[in-house]
Amino acid sequence: MLSRVADSIYWLNRYIERAENVARFVEVNLNLLMDNPVGVAQQWEPLIAVTGDRDVFFQRYDRATAERVLDFLTFDQKSPNSILSCVRAARENARSVRETISSEMWEQVNAFYLQVEEAAQAKDSRDSYAFYSEVKMASHRFAGVMDATLSWNESWQFGQLGRMLERADKTARILDVKYFLLLPSAQEVGTPIDNLQWIALLKSASAYEMYRKTEQIISPAGVAKFLILDAQFPRSIKFCLKWAEDALRQIAGVSASSSPLSSQRALGRLRAELEYITLDEIFQGGLHQFLDDFQLRLNTVGDCIYADFIALPTEATEKTAGKASNRVASKAATNKAASKTTNKTTKEVAGSPIALGAQRQS
Amino acid sequence: MERYHDVINSVTMSFQDYDPGDFYDELFTARGVPRSTAALLIEKIESLSIDHLLRQQQAAQNTLFKLGVTFNVYGDNRGTERVFPFDVVPRIISSSDWQTLETGLKQRITALNCFLDDIYNEQKIVKDGIIPLATIESASGFLPPCKGLKPPKGIWCHITGTDLVRDREGTWYVLEDNLRCPSGVSYVLENRTVMKSSFPTLFNELDIKAVDDYPGQLLDALIELAPASANEPMVVLLSPGAFNSAYFEHSFLAQQMGITLVEGRDLVVDDGYVKMRTTKGLQTVDVIYRRIDDDFLDPTEFRADSMLGVPGLMEVFRQGKVAIANAPGTGVADDKLIYAYVPQMIRYYLNEEQIIPNVPTYFCEDEQQQSHVLSNLGSLVVKATDASGGYGMLIGTQSSKQEQNQFAEKIKSNPRGYIAQPTLCLSRMPTLIDESFQGRHVDLRPFIVNGQSHSPYVNPGGLTRVALREGSLVVNSSQGGGSKDTWVINA
Repeated sequence: MLSRVADSIYWLNRYIERAENVARFVEVNLNLLMDNPVGVAQQWEPLIAVTGDRDVFFQRYDRATAERVLDFLTFDQKSPNSILSCVRAARENARSVRETISSEMWEQVNAFYLQVEEAAQAKDSRDSYAFYSEVKMASHRFAGVMDATLSWNESWQFGQLGRMLERADKTARILDVKYFLLLPSAQEVGTPIDNLQWIALLKSASAYEMYRKTEQIISPAGVAKFLILDAQFPRSIKFCLKWAEDALRQIAGVSASSSPLSSQRALGRLRAELEYITLDEIFQGGLHQFLDDFQLRLNTVGDCIYADFIALPTEATEKTAGKASNRVASKAATNKAASKTTNKTTKEVAGSPIALGAQRQS
Repeated sequence: MERYHDVINSVTMSFQDYDPGDFYDELFTARGVPRSTAALLIEKIESLSIDHLLRQQQAAQNTLFKLGVTFNVYGDNRGTERVFPFDVVPRIISSSDWQTLETGLKQRITALNCFLDDIYNEQKIVKDGIIPLATIESASGFLPPCKGLKPPKGIWCHITGTDLVRDREGTWYVLEDNLRCPSGVSYVLENRTVMKSSFPTLFNELDIKAVDDYPGQLLDALIELAPASANEPMVVLLSPGAFNSAYFEHSFLAQQMGITLVEGRDLVVDDGYVKMRTTKGLQTVDVIYRRIDDDFLDPTEFRADSMLGVPGLMEVFRQGKVAIANAPGTGVADDKLIYAYVPQMIRYYLNEEQIIPNVPTYFCEDEQQQSHVLSNLGSLVVKATDASGGYGMLIGTQSSKQEQNQFAEKIKSNPRGYIAQPTLCLSRMPTLIDESFQGRHVDLRPFIVNGQSHSPYVNPGGLTRVALREGSLVVNSSQGGGSKDTWVINA
């Protein structure tokens, strides 16, 4: 398939999944606020921190208030990761590959877009918590329609790859919210209010019910184990990487002789580590540090996928090195492609406590 | 409450108040008297309640919006997409009229194809004194790099969308030929889909010619262009990209034919072939259905600043290692001065008389004709010979003295650049405007596919465009036009 088309389908799925997860971020906080005892200060800054938008946000605002943060994450068209921006970008990508995806998929994306645009016009996000559930459902519908109407061919695998990588990244960030949430005092660790925060967090990953069935007792270790290492929960990091790896293998094609591509190596190594790492090891280095490193390495996987399949081969490399070099793009070709599709990867900013893993496409 | 609702619903739409006026009306011969082909349609519409009809109109519009059947408007930074307004009252063409049109269009495209092959090669028509060489070489669409080209199977123009109009007497005329990359056929197909769901019973009762064969016909014509060496020909549609005004149509046609939609940046010339960049490396392309203009196809031979084309494409084409439809260079026939010579071409190449007449055309190059044009600017339509889409023209009857003076200056300083035609009083037909039927002007763009294995295929009907503004003669989508389904009916 065309590299450009693969790229668009990959990003179409990432953006839909991203919109869904931003809705989840917002929900976790809304849940928490409603459960907080009266008198406990509202915390909105953690949300901005965890989506990786702190710099962008504080360039415009001095303080994170409920209203500003909700607008910033939901309907702000200047905010690159707002739900509105994500859905618009998803639709632009879908529009450029309409002839490849099924009509049903296009209609679903278009309906999602119209729904969010309409809500943005109405602009009563603060009162319409229901909106965030609708966003989640629209994303589920898209995934379902794609599975049921698109052949499970290379296009589908690229979509799957994008969705799973995005979901793994966002589950890590949802788990990281807790790191930024302050308890009223250090003595509160393990108290009902601490537990409430963990429950809210599970709920925002649609993980609460499934968690209760496997881990039962709410504990930091239990939640981390479930969201990172569970093999069966479809939003756990390990699960997502397993699916992403499968998709990548299908795309690359299996042959005994050929050596794995750089993206396969990067993703395979990351997945293998999750296979064997223990919870103790994660907590020894600190959960936040673990999640931070994970997000960075996941970005590298994304970069490798771009280099392996999307970056345009030049005529020169094509002629001199023959077929094997198709996937090795010259610097110039990569830059050209990057400036055209504007897939940008923002790496960690020095001194910043978290990875700015926001990959975006205008 | 329920009962009250029923009463409202039972008010039906009536054509009693519809005034065909002093025009040729496509559906009526006089007030209250429908044409025989339209009688059943009118009867059916009159049996519907206002609510029902408005609902159908709205539903049709919603369907088109949901499908994203949109065109882009330039110069609007967001919300760049608009739905081409759809009118629920279909245009009807009798099968006897259609037979004449079909034969006339085939005749025309055959002659034009002979002309293109001739002027880029032997130029017999020039040597025989039918058309001056200067007229051809000064046409903006004439591309010297195409001289000596021999496109596969001798076909230059594979897809044509000829613009037809009718005057006050109902006589059909060819207004423009559109040999580069005419658009609109996707609306023909989508409008029909929408009408079928709105009026299923009418399709059972009337013998309406189907239009759905178009993508299949086009695909056949494209596949047979592939170089003999290609076992399973790779056919692609080359689009300028998602921001082009006709992008919906590009993706629609690619999807309907099951071919790959590519942009210039997806293609590269490598090892003497055109190849596309895929996730598995480069893959050879055999046939390109191009939807970008001649000028932009290859920056090494035409416009150097084109970002849309493929450097080196023309040389591969010359070597016969890729086919391009329509062939580069066909735009020369879109020049309005060349258009005026089509009757001569038909006589010269086919030894026949033109079946569908041209609109009489005054050459501003000719001194006598120019002075006639200049003294009659208030009643003529003046057109720039290299423009299309309703741009660069003066409609005398609707112009100010100042505009006329401006055009007079333009004509005098560049007589080759302008032609003039009498103002045609375009035919009208009922259109649903503000909950009532009002007469609006229409034109017709049938689509012709010129393949090698059989005579040209003319899709039955075509795109009927309607000028929604009262009295307006401009039907272009960018300037307030809408569209209607077009029914060719056996009766």
